[in-house]
Amino acid sequence: MTGGISADNPEPLIRLANVTKRFGTGEAAFQALKGVDLDIEQGDFMAVMGPSGSGKSTTMNILGCLDVPSSGSFLFRGHHVEHLGRDQRALLRRRYLGFVFQGFNLLARTTALENVELPLLYRGEDKRVRYQMAMAALDKVGLGPWAKHTPAELSGGQQQRVAIARAIVTHPDVLLADEPTGNLDSERSIEIMELLTDLNRVSGITVLMVTHEPEMAAYARTIVHFRDGLVHSIERKAA
Amino acid sequence: MTGQVSTTRLIATTALLAVRAIRRHVLRSFLTVLGIVIGVFAVVTMVTLGNGAARSVHDQVSGLGANILAVLPGTATGRGGGGETPPPFKPEDVDAIRDPIGGVTAVAAQAQASATAVFNAANWPTTVNGTSDAYLDAQNWKLTDGRRFSDQEEQAGKSVCLLGTTVTKNLYVGQEPVGTTLRLGSISCTVIGVLATRGQGGFGQDNDDTVIMPLKAVQRRLTGSRDIRAIIVAADPAYDSAAVQESIAALMRQRRNINGGKLDDFTIFDSKQIADTLSSVTGMLTAIVSAVAAISLLVGGIGIMNIMLVSVTERTREIGIRLAIGAVGREVMLQFLVEAVVLSCIGGLIGLVLAFFTTLGLSALLAIPFVFDPLTNIMAFAFSGLIGVIFGYFPARRAASLNPIDALRHE
Repeated sequence: MTGGISADNPEPLIRLANVTKRFGTGEAAFQALKGVDLDIEQGDFMAVMGPSGSGKSTTMNILGCLDVPSSGSFLFRGHHVEHLGRDQRALLRRRYLGFVFQGFNLLARTTALENVELPLLYRGEDKRVRYQMAMAALDKVGLGPWAKHTPAELSGGQQQRVAIARAIVTHPDVLLADEPTGNLDSERSIEIMELLTDLNRVSGITVLMVTHEPEMAAYARTIVHFRDGLVHSIERKAA
Repeated sequence: MTGQVSTTRLIATTALLAVRAIRRHVLRSFLTVLGIVIGVFAVVTMVTLGNGAARSVHDQVSGLGANILAVLPGTATGRGGGGETPPPFKPEDVDAIRDPIGGVTAVAAQAQASATAVFNAANWPTTVNGTSDAYLDAQNWKLTDGRRFSDQEEQAGKSVCLLGTTVTKNLYVGQEPVGTTLRLGSISCTVIGVLATRGQGGFGQDNDDTVIMPLKAVQRRLTGSRDIRAIIVAADPAYDSAAVQESIAALMRQRRNINGGKLDDFTIFDSKQIADTLSSVTGMLTAIVSAVAAISLLVGGIGIMNIMLVSVTERTREIGIRLAIGAVGREVMLQFLVEAVVLSCIGGLIGLVLAFFTTLGLSALLAIPFVFDPLTNIMAFAFSGLIGVIFGYFPARRAASLNPIDALRHE
C-alpha cells in the first residue's frame, strides 16, 4: 500500500501533498523527495523508518519547519505553511513544535532548569512563569530533583529526558524526535520510549519519531516506511 | 500564527542569555576583553595625567598673581658673536618704566650673583637676587616668617636677606633662621624673613633655591656694578599685556636710542605667553599620546571580533539548538551583539577602575594635581560599548544567518 490521503478524515493535523525536495542544481542535483503524500492525525504516535537516503530525514526537516519543500503543499492545522519565511517558520516552531535529537543537544555548562527554560525565554515568559513551567516539565520526566545539575553531571538517559522536558515545556502540538534512543542502551531506551508513549497518551501530544530500531518503532501507533524518496508503506496498529 | 515578542522584552531576554554565556566562560571572556581593558586604561590614564600636567602649569601661572613681564637686555634669538654686547639696564631705566605706563602695578629691578651660603658648618651654593619688596609684590610671593625689607634697608642697601625654603632646608636644622646671621661668599648677612614655598618653575628650575637681598646690597657687595640683569614688571590683569609690553618696548627703544631700522637690543618675556606655550605643548603631547593609546583600543575591538567569530564557530551547534527551539535570526543576532557589547563594556569598566587608581597614584608621585574628568571617563566607556557594537556586528550576523539543520549537524 502506498501512502495516500484518507478520505474519511478531511482535515488532519498535518498533510503533505506531493511534496518534493531537490538539493543542488544541474549535474550535482539530487532529488531527495519525489512526491511524498502523508497525513498525520492529531494525537498519533508515528514512527518513521527507512534506510539512509530514503528521504525520511528530509521529510522530518520539512515537518519540523526547519526546511521548505521544493514543490507540493504542506498544511499544518489547515494552513498552508510551505511558503513561510525563515522567521515565520521559527515562530511556528516556537509555538507548536518540540524537538528531541539523537545527540540530546543540551547547552553545555547550563543547568537542566536553564536548558528547559530556554524556549520560554524566547516566548518572552516572566521569570516566575518560566520557573514554574520548567519545573513542571522536569517533574513530568522525573528529573525535578536534578534541576540544578548541568548535562555533564547527568547520565545519557537523564540528558535525553531533560531534552524531552525542554521539548514539551511549551505544550507543543507535535513532538519531533530524531532517533531519540540512538545513543542509549536498551534499558534507557525503553525508559525514553515509555516516557514518549506516556506523553502521547496522557498529554495528547502528537509524536513523530525517526528510528532504525523495530523494537522502538513497535511503541508507535503508525509506522511509515520510506524508500527512494517516497512513502513506501504505512502500517497502522489497531487502537 | 503567533505574536512576536516586543523589542524591549527581546533585549532583556538576550541580555540575560548573553550574561549567562559570559558567566559560563569567565576566563575566555576576560581574555577577550583584555584588549579593551588595556585600551581604555591607556587612554584614560594618558588624558587624566595630561590634564593634571596642564592644570599644574595653569596653577603655577595663576599663582604668580598678576601678569609678569621680564625685560632683559640682549635678544632672545641672538645671532651669536659679531655685534657688540648690548648695554645692561641702569636703575634709571627702572624708574622710567614705573611712572608713565598704564597698567603697571609694580616694577622691580633685579641683579643676580652666585654665592655659597654658609651657616655654622653647613653650606649651600645658591643664587642671590638683589631686588626690592616690589619684586615680592609682583610675584605675589608671601613670607612664612619674619618681615620684608624696610624702605630704609632698601635705600641704604643694608645687608639683610630673605631665604627661600630650599636654602633654609639645607642650612638650618632644628633652628629658626630669622634673626641669625649667615655668610654669603665674603659678606655676612642678617636673615629677616623666610619665603613661602613656590615649587618648580615652568622649566623645572627650583624657585625656592634663592636668597633675596636689597638691590643696592647685591650691586655694591657682590656684583660690584650698578648693572641690572632684569626688570620685572607686574601688569594689571585688566590691561592687555601685549599693549603694556609694547609701551615698555617703545620706552626702552627711546631710552636706548634704537630708531630707524635698528633691531631691539632687549627682550621682553611675558609670563602669560610662556604659560600659554607650555599649555599648548602639554596639550599637544597629551593628544598625541592619547591617540596612540586609542589605537590600542581599536586593536582591542579587533580582538573582540576575533574571539566572537571563533565563538560563533565553536557554538554553531548551540545556535542550531536555539534556532530549532524557535529563536528567530534577529534574536540570535541580538544575543551575540549584546554579548559583544556587554563584554566590551565590562572591559571598559575594568579599564576605567584601573586607570582611576593608577592616575591617583601617579599624580601623587609626579606631584601634579589629580584631575578626574567625568567626560573623559564617560566617553571612553561609551567608546568601548561602541567598539562592541561595531566589532560584534559581523560575528553576530554570521551566527544569525546559520541554517538550523546544518548547525545542528555541526560537530
